Amino acid sequence: MTDLLAARLQMALSLGFHIIFAAIGVAMPVLMATSYREYLRTGNAEAKQLTKAWSKGVAIFFAVGAVSGTALSFELGLLWPGFMKYAGPIIGMPFSWEGTAFFLEAIALGIFLYGWDKLQPKLHWLSAVAVGIAGITSAMFVICANGWMNSPAGFTWNGGQPTDVDPWAAMFNDAAFLQGLHMVIASFQAVGCAVAGCHAWLYLKRKHRIHEKGLKIAFVVAAFSSIAQPILGDLSAKSVAKRQPAKLAAMEAHFETSRGAPLLLGGLPDEVAGETRYAIKVPKMLSMLAYGDFEAEVKGLNDFPATERPPVAVTHIAFQIMVAIGTLLAGVGVIGLWLLKYRPKGFMNPLWLKILVFLTPTGFIAIEAGWIVTEVGRQPWIIYGYLRTADALTRRPGVTYTLALYAALYSILTIVVAVLLTRQFSLLDRDLSTSDSAKE
Amino acid sequence: MALSTLGNTVFLAIALVFYILFGGADFGAGILELFSRGDQRRAHRDLIASAIAPVWEANHIWLILVVVILFVGFPEIYLELTSWLFIPLMCLLVGIILRGCAFTFRHYDTLTPRLEGLYAWTYSLSSLWSAFFLGILAGAPIAGTINPLAASFQDAYVTPWCNPLCFSIGLFTVSICTMLASVYLVAEANEGQMTAHFRKRARYAALLTLATGALVFIAARYYSSALFNNFTTSYTSILAFAIATVLLAPMWWSLELRPSPTVLRITSGVIVTLVLVGWYGAHFPIAIYYSATSNTPNLTFQAAASQLPTQNSLFSALIIGVIIIFPALFILLKIFKSATFKTKSEAN
Repeated sequence: MTDLLAARLQMALSLGFHIIFAAIGVAMPVLMATSYREYLRTGNAEAKQLTKAWSKGVAIFFAVGAVSGTALSFELGLLWPGFMKYAGPIIGMPFSWEGTAFFLEAIALGIFLYGWDKLQPKLHWLSAVAVGIAGITSAMFVICANGWMNSPAGFTWNGGQPTDVDPWAAMFNDAAFLQGLHMVIASFQAVGCAVAGCHAWLYLKRKHRIHEKGLKIAFVVAAFSSIAQPILGDLSAKSVAKRQPAKLAAMEAHFETSRGAPLLLGGLPDEVAGETRYAIKVPKMLSMLAYGDFEAEVKGLNDFPATERPPVAVTHIAFQIMVAIGTLLAGVGVIGLWLLKYRPKGFMNPLWLKILVFLTPTGFIAIEAGWIVTEVGRQPWIIYGYLRTADALTRRPGVTYTLALYAALYSILTIVVAVLLTRQFSLLDRDLSTSDSAKE
Repeated sequence: MALSTLGNTVFLAIALVFYILFGGADFGAGILELFSRGDQRRAHRDLIASAIAPVWEANHIWLILVVVILFVGFPEIYLELTSWLFIPLMCLLVGIILRGCAFTFRHYDTLTPRLEGLYAWTYSLSSLWSAFFLGILAGAPIAGTINPLAASFQDAYVTPWCNPLCFSIGLFTVSICTMLASVYLVAEANEGQMTAHFRKRARYAALLTLATGALVFIAARYYSSALFNNFTTSYTSILAFAIATVLLAPMWWSLELRPSPTVLRITSGVIVTLVLVGWYGAHFPIAIYYSATSNTPNLTFQAAASQLPTQNSLFSALIIGVIIIFPALFILLKIFKSATFKTKSEAN
């Protein structure tokens, strides 16, 4: 394995691991604050029990997210010194703000998790709201930095050195806002879906009202964000078409430049032959989606120099997975909201609940796929158009070994967290059965 | 040096001091658990857990602040550290990940004694491990052991930290963390037997700090004459180290007298701050001391600093950040630590 591949895999592994916990940190506090507010307004004991159960999960996920994030802040330098040398000072602005927001999030979370008996309920509720706001803000800031890699701004490239650095312009680059919003909404989708799925599964096992409540709160959040997401996705694709035409072409596996380009659904891109097999073609749709015009010209991969083409198969397939899940979830969201409003009994129908259980991991799969599109689709660049990933790589030896170390560590952690979570479910189940028998 | 660069250097120092004072004490608490024996073990663990749980996430974000200031404001320093010291850095990161996870998992997943024991051992050993490598990382940049011209893997990536001098600094850091933790815990423990236990630990740790501190000097004398020279010729260092050592005495006695825990906490905090001032003060404005054989000019903060617009924006971000974070931290500590302050002062 080359050092470049090892370093890219280590980065992918670390980010792919961290992103799950980060997404939970963004969306879960909002769910928690919602159920807590219901308890404060109605005095509903189940809403309180639900809030407490959720907050245990948040504590576990937040801890793992925080430590893996700490590791990431060093890994950038450990693996990509050539990148950090230039990028650190230019995109330091969002990183400093992300640090501040994250600090606040940690403080507010400490107050929320351990403040149950120490604060007035309303103040305590506010701490949960603060966790949510800080979480969303820190996600937006950190994605500003990633957006800059896709859409560099705020400097002049002068003989291989950045000069005239403008940290503000770098922070508010063209990709930042849409990309950030896309991710925040995706976090709500993924977390909402996963939580709804877990409660649906638990409800099928024990028809307790706490699961019904948890399921409904989580589903409503997932449904609304899933219905909004296609619009954001479309805007994001148009923005990519404008800023990174090679990435768009790879996403769509579009090899030949053409007017009225068709949209490919599925298919297996063959990079050597320069064609995509087994795909369903929707005539002129790609031109329409990318540029809002059925006859617009879409530049194909063959018109980019071979050294500037991203890996097509990975990008295209990941993109297909993301879009397919997005479409599916939007449909499920519409049906579910309709059921909730007009057929509340049908919403709790075992068949529908089984569908929701089946959907549990889909949002997270879409998030991972989306990040693969963003990152692999930008290759061979680390700073798009300015610095190649290969040139940013560390020169020290032994990258394969650190990859192995991280792979082992994250695998163990994944297993432990999974076991822990299932145990939390059975603990909750045990608590519910004892409290039920106490009532009788 | 531009005003904002100087300001960022000061913020870097503050963040590092706070990381040692708060995050270091967390490491120390984990180390202390290694020495809890018998039937008291359970009570000690509970005390430590209740003392740390609400604040530990916040305590460790100081490290993220250190990293951000480094790669935004002083990218050269960040890159030199992540390059030559990548092995101890990886070791520290693994330790941080394991101890954070084990601590949280132990809190929420204590179903069987065996499982709890596994988490507890992971937490304690990785705390010890992390504190040791934190010390190595703090020490190596100015120990004069980094050689940018080294030809072999051994000389480039192992020797800079794998030497008696850096190991002694690692041990010194372990002692300091343990001392901080036990002093804080004397203040947290409300019950006579437990207070006595941690008072004893605090004294052992103070003695250990004195001994390992002396060890660092001896190691410097033998392995890095430049470092030893700096220590013995810089008034900042001499003064800071002297006051820190002298302050150990009142801390020692006040452990017995049981004054307000605030005094104890502040004294120990001042001692550790002075040690850091003495350590880095002797070399300022040099950030990284290269080995004498490499003939490389030492890296100063000025030379490592990023461009002025970045310095200015970082400085303003840090000031606004402090305005937001300090009140929030104050609220956090007031909610969870005022109870111990109160009961102690009432008891007196």
